[in-house]
Amino acid sequence: MNALTRSAPWRGTAWAFGKLGLSGRSLVIAIPMLWLGVFFLAPFFVLGRISLAEAIIARPPFTPLFDRAPDGTLEIIASFENFRFLLEDALYRNAYLSSIRIALVSTVFALLIGYPIAYYIARAPEPKRSILLLMVILPFWTSFLLRGYAWMGFLRTNGVINNTLMSLGIIDAPLRMMHTDVAVYIGIVYTYLPFMILPLYANLTKLDGALLEAASDLGASPTVTFLTVPLPLSLPGIVAGSMLVFIPAIGEYVIPALLGGPDTLMIGRVLWDEFFSSRDWPVASAVAIVMLFLVVAPIMWLQSVQNRRGMD
Amino acid sequence: MDASAIAADTRPWRDPDAQPFISVRGVTKKFGDFTAVSDVDLDIYKGELFCLLGESGCGKSTLLRMLAGFEQPTEGSIRIDGEDMAHVPPDRRPTNMMFQSYALFPHMTVEKNVAYGLLREGLKKSEACAKAAEMLRMVKLEKLARRKPDQLSGGQRQRVALARALVKRPKLLLLDEPLGALDKKLREETQFELIKIQETLGVTFIVVTHDQDEAMTLATRIGVMKDGMIEQVGEPREIYETPDSRFVADFIGTINLFEGRVDAAAPDMMRIRTEALGDVLVSPQSGLTQGQQVWAALRPERFWLTREKPENTRNAWHGHVEEMGYIGHMSQYRIRLDSGVLVRASQSNRLRDEDPISWDEKAWVSVNPAAFRVLTR
Repeated sequence: MNALTRSAPWRGTAWAFGKLGLSGRSLVIAIPMLWLGVFFLAPFFVLGRISLAEAIIARPPFTPLFDRAPDGTLEIIASFENFRFLLEDALYRNAYLSSIRIALVSTVFALLIGYPIAYYIARAPEPKRSILLLMVILPFWTSFLLRGYAWMGFLRTNGVINNTLMSLGIIDAPLRMMHTDVAVYIGIVYTYLPFMILPLYANLTKLDGALLEAASDLGASPTVTFLTVPLPLSLPGIVAGSMLVFIPAIGEYVIPALLGGPDTLMIGRVLWDEFFSSRDWPVASAVAIVMLFLVVAPIMWLQSVQNRRGMD
Repeated sequence: MDASAIAADTRPWRDPDAQPFISVRGVTKKFGDFTAVSDVDLDIYKGELFCLLGESGCGKSTLLRMLAGFEQPTEGSIRIDGEDMAHVPPDRRPTNMMFQSYALFPHMTVEKNVAYGLLREGLKKSEACAKAAEMLRMVKLEKLARRKPDQLSGGQRQRVALARALVKRPKLLLLDEPLGALDKKLREETQFELIKIQETLGVTFIVVTHDQDEAMTLATRIGVMKDGMIEQVGEPREIYETPDSRFVADFIGTINLFEGRVDAAAPDMMRIRTEALGDVLVSPQSGLTQGQQVWAALRPERFWLTREKPENTRNAWHGHVEEMGYIGHMSQYRIRLDSGVLVRASQSNRLRDEDPISWDEKAWVSVNPAAFRVLTR
C-alpha cells in the first residue's frame, strides 16, 4: 500500500486530481453521487420540465419548452396550470389523501404485527434465530406477482378463506373480501412486513437483557418494563421500519390493481391512468412530482427530529 | 458507643435463638442436565454483609439470581423476612440488585435512572426527584445528575448503579461482582465506601465475588461455594484460621497441606504420621479415629524460621531456602526440607536491623502443635 501510494503514477494522479479540487475521499463519494445524478436527478428534471408543458396530440405528447415566436424571438412556454389543476380537481386530492391513509394504516398494522415478531426473533436463542430470520425473508424467493395471485385465491368469494369458514359453519354467506380496501391492506402489510421486521430486529438484538431484568427488579411490571425500556430504545428501528413500509406503500400500484376494487383510489393508479389511458404526460408528471414531495416531507421532518434528539 | 456492644449486635449468627432474615432451604437449580446450584441451605441475618465467594461457574450468581427472582429454584424454598418467595415475581420482591454490567438505562439521565424505581412505586415525580437527588449526594454524584450513562467513567457508573439499587431502601440488596469492573486502586477505596453505606442504611447486603481479598475485607460472613454447593460458611477469620476442607483452605490464602494418617491420640497431643514430614504433633481434635486419613494444614506464617535447631519441640525440620521473596512488610520463603518436600513459609519484617534468613541458607522450620489445622476432606 505504501509502496503504491509513493509510486510516481499514483502521486501524479493524486496531484492532478488535487488541482481539480478532488481528493480520494471525494472520489469515493463521487460514485453514489454520479448514480443519483444519472438515475434520479436527471429524470426528475425531465419530469419537472414535462409537468410545466401542455398536453398535445403529437410525439412526444407535450408542448416543447422553447419555441420560436412568430416574430422570431425565443419563447419559454411553461405554466403551473397542471399543478393548479391537481389542486382544484377533487379526484387528485382524494387520491393523494386516500394513498396516505392506506399507507398509514398499512404501516401501523405492519408495525403492530412486525414488532412482536422482531422482538421474539431477537430474544430467541442463536440457532433458532437464524431459522426464524430465514423464514421472514423466504417469501422474497417467490415472484411477487405469484404471491399476489395466491392472495386472490385466498380472498375470492369461493376462495380458501370463505370455503373454510363456510364448511366450519361460522358464516352462512361468503364474505366479500376481494376488491375492497381490506384486501389492499392485507396485500400491502403482507408484502412489506419483512421491511418492517428486519430493521426492528437489527435494533432489538442490540438490547441488553440485563436492562429488562433491571427494570423488573426496580418494580416495573412486564408491561411497564416494555413501555419504558425496549420501546424507547427501539425508536430508531421503529422509524426505519415504518419508513420502509410507508414510502413504497404510498406509491403502490400493483397491489391495489390486483386486490383493490373500483373504489380503491390510490395515486399510483391515477398516475398510470394519466400516462397510459389519457396520455396526458404533463398532468401525470405533475402528479408524480407532488407525490415525491409528499413522501420527502415526512422523511426530512423525521431526520430533523432525529438530529435534534442526537444532539442532547 | 461501646465496641464490644457493636460486635455482639452485629453477630446474630452466633445467637442460636436469632431468627434468620433470609432462609434458603434445600435449594437446587438445574439447567437441563447441568446442576448449577445443588441442595443449598443458608441463613442470613438482618444487617449482614454476606459474601458468596467462589470461582466462576460455582453457582454463586445463580443463587443470587434466585434471590432476586430472575430464576426459579428447581427444588427447595427461599424465604425473605418470613415470606415465601416461590411465586413472587422480581418486581414484587423486597430486593434490589446491582448488576455486574450495571445495566443502566442508556436513554435516561443519571437522575432518571435513579428515580426509575421510585416512580414505579407510584411516587410523585417531584418526590422521586428529591429522593433521587438525596441518594446521588450520598454517592457524591449530584453534579452529574443530568448526564447520560455513556458520559460517565466506570467508577461513576458503578456509583449510579449502587444509588439506583439503594434508593428504594430494599430489605435486601444483591450485588453481583459490584467492584469487578473497577481498577485495583478504585476498588480498594470503593470497598470501604460500600461498607460505610451499608452501615449507614442498615440494609442487608449479599455480595457475589470471586475475589477472596474483597470478600475478606467486606464480609461479616463468607459462604464459600464450589460446584453448586456451599463448602463452608463463616466469619472471614473462621474461614481463614479454621477451614473445613482442603478446598476452602487452598482457596483462601496460601496453605501447606501434608497428607497422613492419625497415629496415636493422647489426651493432650495427637500424632499424625505423614510421608512428607514424618511424625507431626498436633493439638487433639475430636471426631478422629486411629488410622483415619487426614491432612495437616498450615498457613505459611505459622512456621518459625531459625538458623539453630529449636529446643523443646519435636515439630522441627531441617531444610534449605530455595527461594525468597522480599515484599516489604514480609518475606516469603520456599524451603526444600531434607525429605525433599517443598514448604512455603513467611515471616513478617518487624525490625530494621534483623539479619533475616536469606536465599540459599540452611534453616530449621518448626511449628507449634496448636498451629496445625487437621482436615478430613
